[in-house]
Amino acid sequence: MRPNVKGSIRQRLLFMLLLSTAAIAILLYVVVQSVAEQITQESQDNILAASAISILDSARVIDGEISIDLPYSSLSMLDSVTDERAFYAIHLNDEFLSGYADLPRIKNLSDIPTFQSSAYLGEDIRIASTRRSYSTLEGQAFLEVSVAQTLTGLNQSISRVSRLSLAIGFGFFLVSMIVALLIAQSTIRPLHSLTEAVSRRGPSDLRPVTAPVPTEMTPLVASLNSLMIRLQNSLSRSEDFIAEAAHRVRTPMAIVRTQAEVTLRRVEKEENRQTVREMIRAIDESSRTAGQLLDYAMVSFRTDDLAKEIIQLDALLAEIVDRLAPLSELRDVTITLNTPEKLKIVGDQILVQNAIQNVLDNAIKYSDVDTEISILLICKNDKANIIVKDRGYGFDNAEMRDLLKRFKRGQNAQQVIGSGLGLTIVDDIMGAHGGAISLSNNQEGGACVHLSFPL
Amino acid sequence: MRAFIISTIMLIISGSAHAFDVEDRKVFKGHDGEPVLRIISTADISYFAPMINSFRATRPDVTIDYTVASSTQVMQAIYEEKQPFDLAISSAMDLQIKLANDGYARKHTSYSAQDLPNWAVWNDMVFAFTQEPAGFVISNKLFEGYAIPKNRQELINTLRQNPKKFEGRVGTYDIRKSGAGYLFATQDARASDTYWRLTEVMGTLDPRLYCCASDMIADVVDGTLAIAYNVLASYAEQSPYIDAFTIVLPSDFSTVMLRTMLIPSTSKNPELATSFLNFALSQTHPTETSTMLQTKSLRQAKQSTLTRISLGPGLLVYLDYFKKKHFMEEWENAILQE
Repeated sequence: MRPNVKGSIRQRLLFMLLLSTAAIAILLYVVVQSVAEQITQESQDNILAASAISILDSARVIDGEISIDLPYSSLSMLDSVTDERAFYAIHLNDEFLSGYADLPRIKNLSDIPTFQSSAYLGEDIRIASTRRSYSTLEGQAFLEVSVAQTLTGLNQSISRVSRLSLAIGFGFFLVSMIVALLIAQSTIRPLHSLTEAVSRRGPSDLRPVTAPVPTEMTPLVASLNSLMIRLQNSLSRSEDFIAEAAHRVRTPMAIVRTQAEVTLRRVEKEENRQTVREMIRAIDESSRTAGQLLDYAMVSFRTDDLAKEIIQLDALLAEIVDRLAPLSELRDVTITLNTPEKLKIVGDQILVQNAIQNVLDNAIKYSDVDTEISILLICKNDKANIIVKDRGYGFDNAEMRDLLKRFKRGQNAQQVIGSGLGLTIVDDIMGAHGGAISLSNNQEGGACVHLSFPL
Repeated sequence: MRAFIISTIMLIISGSAHAFDVEDRKVFKGHDGEPVLRIISTADISYFAPMINSFRATRPDVTIDYTVASSTQVMQAIYEEKQPFDLAISSAMDLQIKLANDGYARKHTSYSAQDLPNWAVWNDMVFAFTQEPAGFVISNKLFEGYAIPKNRQELINTLRQNPKKFEGRVGTYDIRKSGAGYLFATQDARASDTYWRLTEVMGTLDPRLYCCASDMIADVVDGTLAIAYNVLASYAEQSPYIDAFTIVLPSDFSTVMLRTMLIPSTSKNPELATSFLNFALSQTHPTETSTMLQTKSLRQAKQSTLTRISLGPGLLVYLDYFKKKHFMEEWENAILQE
């Protein structure tokens, strides 16, 4: 089922981070801009003040009259970097002495220079004014000097600063964007690794997650683990139940079969004998199913905690063939075992034996009387391969894929006793060992079962 | 304000305040009589005619009305009378700067800036198209037997040692009458104290004071003057009697004046003025070989002795009422020794 998706942690995180860095970048731009503007303005003011003071300094009282000897630098300094129009005005109290009479005057002057932005002759200007007291013939008088200049250089500096602060803001945003991406990436990395760890697991791996996770994810992992444990418990409960049930059925079944055989000997009427025979056959089928169910439960139990023993496959095969000899002889089936290589694998000996036995058991069961079963053990593709071929009916091509499922039996095998669990058990065991089972038919007829184990 | 400006102007000019004095005027007829470019200039017609004629070769339809006036009269015409001239050309850099500074000039930004050195433009309003050094013009005949002075100190020594010889035979600008003379005097005074010593020595020799460079050159040629101080070398070089005198750019320092153009805000045809301005700049600046920028004497002079007057509000300082009064008084005290 596709999960119900709403939003993305990464996107939300990224969005919040970018939003805040954009805000900081804008703030940075504004701050740099305004600080730089203030500094630029101050440096212009300082030059204007220096100019005004140099004019004041050139003033002298000669015979009680003010004389001003404007220094050349007082105006030329205003124009030293950029071309600026410059204006000045000199007043003695309210009497205009020299310069530009209609230059705006700053009110409330003091002895330290005062500044004001204004407009004059159609251009924006900055004015610095200062004054000093002199004693003239008419008594104490304030000599007031104002110097003004246009803002070409100031505006140039400000636009340069503006470009610079824009670049700083933008650069900051770019760098933070990369950092934000990295942060978002690293924040969701534990989620990714948890997902990977869970999806890497085999279908029956219900162990709790033990890999370290950040505190924020502890509740999630804790509930995941508790869910796994509950699932595990309920699974094993049902398996226990099946095994218990099978066990409980098998023993009475054996008693019933013995009784039936005894009865068969006593019964003489042919139609009654037939009925009893069918009864015995049904009992056989039931007890085999019960046996397989027990096997299946055993396999489930053992694959959960797989043993790691060294298994000598050729010896194991020989032993199994030996053990099945009575069964095969009963049907006049010859088993030829061909083990050119001595191969070892690591795994659970009991399970591997069970798997091979199941396959051979099937081969014998479904073989025609007086035929041959061949077993070949070879090493191929870095795997130990056991190939079992018989001369029976073979598999129905359409059903082949389903035969590994539980309680699924071939249509052409209905008259043979079986539970439909054998190949399922083999498949589970192979899976637990990292191996595989594949089914096919021989060209000359009969089934071919191919087991491969990693070496 | 008005009263003050008029008083300032009155100091500079002599004559009536209600109409500026025209010295000369020539109309260069175009094909149709329209459009008309009105130029007011301090340069003689003969000096500027070649430029006008090359412009007319590219724009034969344009009629150029060329008016010659003194620098103070150029100021008067534009500052006070707001005459609708399209171009003002003047050698009085301070007055040109004042016009521009006080808002009487148009900004002009379409010139090809890469061709113009920084010193030649002020505020995109004032454009320099010549470099004209001021120097000594010395009569060859009257200096026979004397070493030609190479700098101001040598000139001072020569004059001091031979007061009889040079009595009444030294000439310089009357800075009360000549804008260019005042500009040179103030720049010389700013550069070195030698100026004042020279002025005082000249003052003892009953100097002749002139309004114009051409009169000084003429008096040197005819032997009235042995030496003229602060004469524009560019004018002297053009004199047909160049053999009669020697031009010396003083080796201590020579002041270089820039002749400038601006488009007055009263211009009725600023586009045409712009195209003439661009034409004039393209004729003089790009190659640095124009005779207007590199006169013969400039080429021969040692570069480190040349002091180019820089365009800028510093020039306004000497137009200040007090400053001017002060300077004039000092100058009069030095030169007019009874």
